[in-house]
Amino acid sequence: MQAVILIYDGSYEGFLCCIFTAYEQKLQVENILPEGLEQNQLFTDYEYIITEPAKAKRVLKKLKASMSPRGFRNIQWALLSEIPGIEYTLYKMLRYVLANSKIVDTDFSHPAVLQIAKVAKQIGREKHRMEAFIRFRLTKDDIYFAVIEPDFNVLPLIASHFKDRYADQKWIIYDQKRRIGLFYDLEKTEYISINLPKEVGINGAHPDFFCKQELHFQQLWQQYFTSTNIKSRANTKLHIQHVPKRYWKYLSEKSPF
Amino acid sequence: MNFDRIKEKLSILADAAKYDVSCSSSGSKRKNTGKGLGDSSGMGICHTYTQDGRCVSLLKILLTNHCIFDCAYCVTRKSNDIKRAAFKVQEVVDLTISFYRRNYIEGLFLSSGIFKDADYTMERLIQVAKKLREEENFNGYIHLKSIPGASDELMREAGLYADRLSVNIEIPTKSGLKLLAPEKNHEDFMKPMEKVKNEIIQYKQESKLIKSTPKYAPAGQSTQMIVGATGESDRDIMYSSAFFYKKYNMKRVYYSGYVPVSTDPRLPSITSAVPIIRENRLYQTDWLMRFYGFDVRELLNEENKHLDLDIDPKLSWALRNRQLFPVDINKADKQLLLRIPGVGLKSTNKILHARKFKNLSWDHLKKIGVAVNRAKYFITCNSRDMILPDINSDKLKNLIIGNSNSKFRQDLSPQLKLF
Repeated sequence: MQAVILIYDGSYEGFLCCIFTAYEQKLQVENILPEGLEQNQLFTDYEYIITEPAKAKRVLKKLKASMSPRGFRNIQWALLSEIPGIEYTLYKMLRYVLANSKIVDTDFSHPAVLQIAKVAKQIGREKHRMEAFIRFRLTKDDIYFAVIEPDFNVLPLIASHFKDRYADQKWIIYDQKRRIGLFYDLEKTEYISINLPKEVGINGAHPDFFCKQELHFQQLWQQYFTSTNIKSRANTKLHIQHVPKRYWKYLSEKSPF
Repeated sequence: MNFDRIKEKLSILADAAKYDVSCSSSGSKRKNTGKGLGDSSGMGICHTYTQDGRCVSLLKILLTNHCIFDCAYCVTRKSNDIKRAAFKVQEVVDLTISFYRRNYIEGLFLSSGIFKDADYTMERLIQVAKKLREEENFNGYIHLKSIPGASDELMREAGLYADRLSVNIEIPTKSGLKLLAPEKNHEDFMKPMEKVKNEIIQYKQESKLIKSTPKYAPAGQSTQMIVGATGESDRDIMYSSAFFYKKYNMKRVYYSGYVPVSTDPRLPSITSAVPIIRENRLYQTDWLMRFYGFDVRELLNEENKHLDLDIDPKLSWALRNRQLFPVDINKADKQLLLRIPGVGLKSTNKILHARKFKNLSWDHLKKIGVAVNRAKYFITCNSRDMILPDINSDKLKNLIIGNSNSKFRQDLSPQLKLF
């Protein structure tokens, strides 16, 4: 049988349909790639997978029954990592899972299982860091606005956290890297795309966009940050371990005014 | 808001509050129902870290640093010549809300110097919490300090608005307290703890019967001890700590290495270093007590009054109890796995899961995250390469230290540094 490379639309459902097709047609899958990444190779066939919700649902049902809740969740999380090759690692893990009648997604001696658990952990860490390091700035039209550039596509994962927390204020979290934002209008959250003027930036408070007092609060916070530090215990290494430098751009306490 | 004035107050009152180490914001179950502001039902979040590497999760300030007491170890003591300031109740409320809405903090940690008397101070703290909950519909985390000597009625009220209450015992021994804070009474510290503990128990029982029972200090109580101010032994500290965990159902006991703030002859000199390694070893012991099933008497006793500074307390326990090892990774039960040096809680869980599927070898253990460089002398696994040297504990200790890279290596090394 000839090896085949599956091409899908990059969505979670699309990936599940790849699994469906692979099993239905008993394919010997060599790789799974999102659209646009295929290269012409000799001796391999490409198969373009069409996303069909009904098929995805059947796969979901089967996986849910064959996996622990965390293992099941990790499939979606790992896909959001956008790491090249993650689909194929997932595929290898799912083959192992589906070939066993016992629940084996906690068998960390299996390389794919361990790999996916590790990637999911990275995603979890990035999610948590975004929940921690996002800084809202109050705009002139009374919306709390934050710009982020996360390593992974965690916007879908942090939506409910912020919705639960800031239920009585309008807010937008905008992922500058992927050019998509999340807008909460006091009722529901929805995805939006905006053309962001450069001056808005990730921090600071440009007077054209932000409310008059915004800068004062950032300065107060910076003052607090300075005053709460104990100089005789300085430990820069630990500090940077907790707040890696690539996140400093978000933090008003770290930016000069 | 007069931003300049607030900024000045903030600098004084945050500076005075920073020696309180607790910054935990987890363990509460306050959900945001009815479209209010904030939610503290999830895990705690550290929104930033200070340059000394400590988590900043709460706005930690004093209401005032005016104080009628003169405790030698405290930076706000009456006789200390420093700038004094006081926040108005509304100012603290506004500051908390503005910071919270910008996702700077998880909530408020409000403490205070004692002006007039205990009850007067406690009342002000409660006012802040009450305003936040009732006027601002705030569901974020509130940690209030219980002022030693405050009345039972006030402590009862405080718990209805706060998620956590704490009294800092500060000095682990009675004699130390007498020396450094002669005006304070040991019993005054215990009274509010006892009251809060009893209220928590009572509210928990009621809520089983009546669903609408309000929450009472859902994140429990904590306390703090200063380490290295009065020459107490590690055993004194950890025995007091064990007592607080047991007697008052403490959620946490914090250990704070004494930062020299005074030239008082009763205290370590102003130039002495903060005992950071010792503090770290105490926290490790605390974890062993709470999560690893150790009894404090196994770790510290008449023969071992102090913890080793150069190795962690679990390793030093294991070196004293070599007869229990080696442990078979593939067979031992959880309690025993937890006692192996270099095997933590997470590794233990992973081992328990993974060994259902196959017998684990060194390679598996490394990938799981076990610190094999320490663990290998205490375990056997599915491999023929066994590393169980027939040497005494002192030699083994030196061997392990020689093969490991402690972050404290520099501070521990007896060698002089040339540059």
